[in-house]
Amino acid sequence: MAAVTEAPAPPAPTTPATKPPRRRGRFTPYWLLLPGILWLLVFFALPMIYQGSTSVQTGSLEQGYKVTWHFATYWDALSTYWPQFLRSVLYAAAATLLCLVLGYPLAYLIAFRAGRWRNLVMILVIAPFFTSFLIRTLAWKTILADNGPVVGALNTLHVLDVTNWLGWTAGDRVLATPLAVVCGLTYNFLPFMILPLYTSLERIDGRLHEAAGDLYATPFTTFRKVTFPLSMPGVVSGTLLTFIPAAGDYVNADLLGSTDTRMVGNVIQTQFLRILDYPTAAALSFILMAAILAMVTFYIRRSGTEDLV
Amino acid sequence: MTTDNSGDVRLSGIGKTYGSFTAVHPLDLTVPQGSFFALLGASGCGKTTTLRMIAGLEEPSSGTVHLGDQDVTRLPPYKRPVNTVFQSYALFPHLDIFENVAFGLRRRGIKSVKKQVEDMLDLVQLGEQARKKPHQLSGGQQQRVAVARALINHPKVLLLDEPLGALDLKLRRQMQLELKRIQTEVGITFIHVTHDQEEAMTMADTVAVMNAGRVEQLGSPTDLYENPQTTFVANFLGTSNLIEAEVDSRSGDRISLKAGGGKLTLPEARCSASATAGGKILVGVRPEKISLTHADDAGDIPEGRNRISGRIADSSFIGVSTQYVVDSPVCPEFEVYAQNIDRDPRLVPGAEVVLHWNPAHTFGLDAAQDIDAGVETVQPEEGVAA
Repeated sequence: MAAVTEAPAPPAPTTPATKPPRRRGRFTPYWLLLPGILWLLVFFALPMIYQGSTSVQTGSLEQGYKVTWHFATYWDALSTYWPQFLRSVLYAAAATLLCLVLGYPLAYLIAFRAGRWRNLVMILVIAPFFTSFLIRTLAWKTILADNGPVVGALNTLHVLDVTNWLGWTAGDRVLATPLAVVCGLTYNFLPFMILPLYTSLERIDGRLHEAAGDLYATPFTTFRKVTFPLSMPGVVSGTLLTFIPAAGDYVNADLLGSTDTRMVGNVIQTQFLRILDYPTAAALSFILMAAILAMVTFYIRRSGTEDLV
Repeated sequence: MTTDNSGDVRLSGIGKTYGSFTAVHPLDLTVPQGSFFALLGASGCGKTTTLRMIAGLEEPSSGTVHLGDQDVTRLPPYKRPVNTVFQSYALFPHLDIFENVAFGLRRRGIKSVKKQVEDMLDLVQLGEQARKKPHQLSGGQQQRVAVARALINHPKVLLLDEPLGALDLKLRRQMQLELKRIQTEVGITFIHVTHDQEEAMTMADTVAVMNAGRVEQLGSPTDLYENPQTTFVANFLGTSNLIEAEVDSRSGDRISLKAGGGKLTLPEARCSASATAGGKILVGVRPEKISLTHADDAGDIPEGRNRISGRIADSSFIGVSTQYVVDSPVCPEFEVYAQNIDRDPRLVPGAEVVLHWNPAHTFGLDAAQDIDAGVETVQPEEGVAA
């Protein structure tokens, strides 16, 4: 049987066998990482270290600053400016909530109902970015002007009476009130809410809606039990992308608010650029950063998004 | 079996059009309570659309859907006592297996679901996997979850939309038997959509073959296989050798035919076309009904059998059988499946042979049809409703 088991010999290789090729490009990934790492080092890590050291310096502009490990600056900054901190968190939270309430239905519509209009609506969502942030915020000054149509309408409808009572507005104006600042923040950061929401809604398999309907879920229950839970990654990233920049923002409070609506961003800006109290400004920046980091960590832990697909 | 008819599915004149494209031509169909019914057809034939109209996921352009005596045509899916096993299973990725299966019960406000869900998971042999997420299961397990999730609601009708399409062959076979077992056990009406003729024939009591939005033929698997009424059914269900023949004469219940110089006999009962002398009909015979004899032994063939002579063009050894392609004057690619009991070593490509079969195994079809309809080639996708 030996003849049967012997398979015909394969054709001889045309090139003589060489030792296995050296694995080239083993370091390629690291080379590719290098520009990014350098960038982060120069523009993120170094400034952070510099700011960190500034925050524990003492001295004056005339005599120069020295690192004296003066951590009391942190405590002083916090005890002086805690109302602005609180305001930042409240305004940013309110704006984030508003963005979610306004953005979710829109993102839902674009993802599931827009059909061939989808791209057009997406462009409209992003279109504001083609104009400067500053100009758009200034435009809101005109929109909310004291003798403008918005204030007039709100007055006629007695909405201002309610917001006055709530302390969101004062007198017959909207401008220079918390409401104006929150409106500005909401407007400016809305696309950052819509885009991640849209991305996660768009990824949901439409057949899951059919399956839920088939299993006795009304359209509302389907939304509550299937669509919304599955869009949680979008909700989390959308709220983070809105809340974080909104908490540090100072342009909206500066242009649309008053001295009573100053946020921590305004304080930092003033300390750095006008009062030139660099240690306090640096300390405030670090406190804000730590606060946001703590809140975000807590939030992500709570929402348990790592469990989602 | 009870006389309860609440699980009957009655479609009357139900049709679906998308703009100018007709996905389903108005059709009437009754599926009796407790039966395993298959809608068989190539993609784009309208079978899935029909199923979705029963589920309420698609609104019919015309006609009505009755479940038992209840008209459900205008009911949204969540109010219909039917459940669907979706093609891609559509399991909820954020819920574990237990909650996926409990979904329907919870929506109907049933509080204590634990016992029922556990029983159902045991039925599909997934008791151990209750707390896993769908993506942690294999395809076959996901498929069983999908079945459990639908069955637990004790629907009047269970709709299955190509539920085995994503599984590999071996698993598919296993699941076919499994589904059949479950159906017999629970006694619910199953309507199964598939493009796999073998799957339809193994599982279903009744098969409706659909083509281009119409039901071509409806019957038991054996009936469809043995007595196809159209060339589409003859070619789509298994393989048929179709020969164009001229009606010579009729005597009693037999029709004599002339084909390529030879004579063939066809029982009248098996001819679905009107056979008038001089007219043309298509004569068909299944490959496994045919015997192959070397031309040298042609004399040994008993009298009264239909015969055709030809030359073996190709043969492939399958194991249980050998499949021959025979080139004959009446049919260029005559297929013959011969069981490997006693193999004649002379039957190799190039050999002259005589094909012969019992005339009772011959069927006749209307010659006005496309002789190649339903031959499995690449089907043009119609986009809507796979």
